[in-house]
Amino acid sequence: MKIHATDRNGKAHELEGRDGWTVMEILRDGGLDISAECGGACACATCHVYVAPEWFEKLPPASDAEIDMLDMALAVEPNSRLSCQLTCAPELDGLTVTVAPE
Amino acid sequence: MTTRVETDVAIIGAGPVGLFAVFELGLLDLKAHLVDILDRPGGQCTELYPEKPIYDIPGLPIVTGQELTDRLMDQVKPFKPTFHLGQMAAALKREDDGRWKLSTDNDVEIVAHVVMVAAGGGSFVPKRPPIAGIEAYENRSVFYAVRKMDAFRDKNILIAGGGDSALDWTINLAPIAKSLTLVHHRDGFRAAQHSVNKMRELAAEGKVNFQIASVKELHGPDGQLESVTLAGADRQEFAHPCDTFLPFFGLTIKLGPIAEFGLNLHENLIQVDTARFESATPGIFAIGDINTYTGKLKLILCGFHEAALAAQAAFHICRPNEKLRFQYTTSSSNLQKKLGVA
Repeated sequence: MKIHATDRNGKAHELEGRDGWTVMEILRDGGLDISAECGGACACATCHVYVAPEWFEKLPPASDAEIDMLDMALAVEPNSRLSCQLTCAPELDGLTVTVAPE
Repeated sequence: MTTRVETDVAIIGAGPVGLFAVFELGLLDLKAHLVDILDRPGGQCTELYPEKPIYDIPGLPIVTGQELTDRLMDQVKPFKPTFHLGQMAAALKREDDGRWKLSTDNDVEIVAHVVMVAAGGGSFVPKRPPIAGIEAYENRSVFYAVRKMDAFRDKNILIAGGGDSALDWTINLAPIAKSLTLVHHRDGFRAAQHSVNKMRELAAEGKVNFQIASVKELHGPDGQLESVTLAGADRQEFAHPCDTFLPFFGLTIKLGPIAEFGLNLHENLIQVDTARFESATPGIFAIGDINTYTGKLKLILCGFHEAALAAQAAFHICRPNEKLRFQYTTSSSNLQKKLGVA
């Protein structure tokens, strides 16, 4: 599956997703500037992304833990998600996200 | 008033690796002082994931960040380390006698033969909202912490955030503020339920103005806030007058003053050799997530190994005329005496 990601400088990246890995891991390994300080424990909100509207609805809904942790994210929008809580899967081929500002 | 202390080793960072360094140094009769910006030991383990299980600590198939910290604190107890918590390691200078002087932003000076940087990703500092020009207002009319409540008396305060700090300060400052507005991006909060209930009571009584909104722009000359632009749930923007803004979005990790210590940094990491874990500056060691070398893995267990080797190297700097005799805790009555078990 492919992930289309825009970094904080507005540069577009096409990344290869791996089933079962989190989108945060794919962004980080793809060299995008995403701090993901807690390493994917849904504990820091520093892997915050905006999901393209056409994809936002297709994602599994955020857990209560993720919704709460988004309170610690900056510049939250209705299409905000924490990328450590999004798991790569074939049906998400083409997922389009933008790294949120920090 | 400056407090000056002398010791063998000054450790920057009281996370798991800094704590284990205390243990390894202690076995070699080296005393340590630790500095940490957080107000309790444990670093990321206690700040970011106290309740989350860690599965890759050798011998502990499952342990939470808090438990690991508690166990390490038990382990270092015999060596009576001194903690300087809630303060940032601010400056590092070489003394005339060759020792190092580490100064904190709380006026503590630690003079030591060796400095071990075990600072992880750096210092935990408040998250700064991405609002253009906010730097000019910081510490003048934008604050990330409340040190003296009285400084906020009769102010028109705007608080942003949905966690415990945002709610606690909304509740505590509302009685002394001229006006207090809380903005959050949703009508739900991460904060403790009783705080949320209290805030809603205050809002119902008209003592707090709660709005679902986010702060977009700051206005006012010379760092003095006069109003902000808010965007509501409907994305409509409107002006909101206020003279004080308190954003509470938790902490993030920034390298901080370590960048100014004159160390050989590579992408915010300190390059070390893998025999001693010493930086290019003699006497300054780096262990744990803050260092880099060929093959480096950011794992707590790797930091433990690095601490053990760095302690051996530190011994030769602290005790140049003594011979280091390597011993095992299982068999050495000398070590067992130090640990208080013999």
